[in-house]
Amino acid sequence: MTARIYVPCDAAAVALGADKVAKAFADAFAARGLDVQIVRNGSRGMFWLEPLVEVVTPFGRRVGYGPVKPRDVDALIDGGLLEGRGGPLYLDNVEKIPFFAKQERFTFKRVGLTDPVSLDDYLAHGGYKGLERAIAIGPSETVEQVFESGLRGRGGAGFPTGIKWRTVAACAPGKKYIVCNADEGDSGTFADRMIMEGDPFQLIEGMTIAGVAVGADKGYVYCRSEYPHAVAAMNKAVAAARKAGYLGSRIAGSEYDFDMEIRVGAGAYVCGEETSLLESLEGRRGLVRAKPPLPAHKGLFGKPTVINNVISLASVPFIMAEGAKAYADVGFGRSRGTMPIQLAGNVKHGGLYEIAFGVTLGELVEEVGGGTFTGRPVRAVQVGGPLGAYFPRELFDTPFDYEAFAKKDGLIGHGGIVIFDDSVDMAKQARFAMEFCSVESCGKCTPCRIGSTRGVEVMDKIIAGVEREKNLTILEDLSNTMKFGSLCALGGFTPYPVMSALTHFPEDFGRGSVPMAAE
Amino acid sequence: MTTGHIVSGSRHAHEAWSPTRGREIIADHLPLEGATLPILHALQETFGYVPQDAIPLIADAMNLSRAEVHGTFTFYHDFRHEPAGKHVVKICVAEACQAAGGHVTSAKVGEALDCAYGETRADGQVTLEPIYCLGLCACAPAAMVNGRLIGRLDDEAIDEIAAEVRS
Repeated sequence: MTARIYVPCDAAAVALGADKVAKAFADAFAARGLDVQIVRNGSRGMFWLEPLVEVVTPFGRRVGYGPVKPRDVDALIDGGLLEGRGGPLYLDNVEKIPFFAKQERFTFKRVGLTDPVSLDDYLAHGGYKGLERAIAIGPSETVEQVFESGLRGRGGAGFPTGIKWRTVAACAPGKKYIVCNADEGDSGTFADRMIMEGDPFQLIEGMTIAGVAVGADKGYVYCRSEYPHAVAAMNKAVAAARKAGYLGSRIAGSEYDFDMEIRVGAGAYVCGEETSLLESLEGRRGLVRAKPPLPAHKGLFGKPTVINNVISLASVPFIMAEGAKAYADVGFGRSRGTMPIQLAGNVKHGGLYEIAFGVTLGELVEEVGGGTFTGRPVRAVQVGGPLGAYFPRELFDTPFDYEAFAKKDGLIGHGGIVIFDDSVDMAKQARFAMEFCSVESCGKCTPCRIGSTRGVEVMDKIIAGVEREKNLTILEDLSNTMKFGSLCALGGFTPYPVMSALTHFPEDFGRGSVPMAAE
Repeated sequence: MTTGHIVSGSRHAHEAWSPTRGREIIADHLPLEGATLPILHALQETFGYVPQDAIPLIADAMNLSRAEVHGTFTFYHDFRHEPAGKHVVKICVAEACQAAGGHVTSAKVGEALDCAYGETRADGQVTLEPIYCLGLCACAPAAMVNGRLIGRLDDEAIDEIAAEVRS
């Protein structure tokens, strides 16, 4: 039997040298005349251990080594890596590492385990069971399963996925579309990227189930251009699925037709807003559309369209295969199922942590993430991307849940947590939020287009100490106007990081401490 | 034997603008729904930028006004109006990279390359650009150099980038 080792092809592993490690292994095995298959898997999501190399031992155990550098390769092979022997980089069974063992991997169960672009591997690990069931129970029952699972949009808005699907399914038969929002632009998030690179068939299956459920025969994935590895993996997987009859006409031998394409964005953050994304897919400037009409009624090219985030769609195969109840059984309040949480920024144990809703922010930052890699105290965390609020340690008891975060004037967004140590200047972060909005604003509505530019100017004055109190009042007023007057979440949510920074860290704005921060 | 999806980070030479070649590329993509972005991407892939002369060709082929195609072209940060430098260095400046010391790192890169952000150096050797998130937020700060990804950007990596840019 050919020996087998796994070296991730996930973009973050590659950024840490995985391609060089894979090449070093290939060269070393060739030099020794060893017949070893090098599988390029997705990442297990423990980036402090990447490149994380795994080996299947002659006794069938799978053990890991990491972080591996190209210069470690010879010593690893000579030290008995292929037999799974120990050594300084030895990690034993990586699924027993606490960071991994404590997770509830529903959507990420195959990521890191399999060869992402091998359809055989996908099928061998439970792939396409969800589609099989959807075809067996039919469209309306499939929509109800998704509704009963309690799945809510993982892009950030948290709108019930089942209701979107019901709305599109109820539209008169005719051309309908499934659009996957893979424009994951929030800093601190990479869950969509990891799914597309680590288990692309699952997304394809999720979109196919959506197509069957609502009567759409065409799907588009709109992936951001900053993710070339994800685009390559998706294209390869789509071609393989089509060849095997899982895409095209009469998919998987059923009466349904469904095919899909991968489209690439062009560096506009606002295109992650669903109506802007649709404009972009249609070939225009990514200008946000006023709602109504909802995309479910008039979406892509004016046709009824299901538009869901990558994680929402990739969660569907599990829900269909295991049943809505299995998904809804975990969670917290109205947030059912699991959330792939991404620990990022100045974090010791950064990575992807999929867990049921309800875990507290403090547990995630301190226990799972292990605090900062600089070793300095955590001062602030930004949850939910550039439009998410900055939370101080005083709010670390907040459970990870849509409603609980909203109650504290924050949002969970796409589940990214960016950790900052005590060297952070929160006034500068507030200025950056305004600057980012001014760079990325589509320009359609005035509060966002003009407000963000004025916001940068006002922040500059505050930082320079010019008439601070007067300018802070202007900043508050401006934020209020943007929040309630903007057409979409870009202008509407930019006040969250700005106002949360001011509320929780007033000393950085030259204002006295508020009682809560002084506690 | 290896598997998986491999993206090569190597640069390839771009072709000089030719209207004939431009029309060919446009025609290849016309059957697509909403073909404008795929066409602009394909033109940039071939020529290294989207030549101004290509805009009326796209408008003509798609039965759109020039203004509409120009509007789409200019909306997106990715599309280049002129060729980039020999090397393209993109440094992530978003929050996760900032949290990991990205302010200092990005300034160091600018100094090491003697190039301002958003500019191509006068000798045409390098274009330096800020980028808002490469999705490498758990191994920040991050960079993309000639299409190749780099995580945990440190002084050693900056020296290597500077050396690559000199070549």
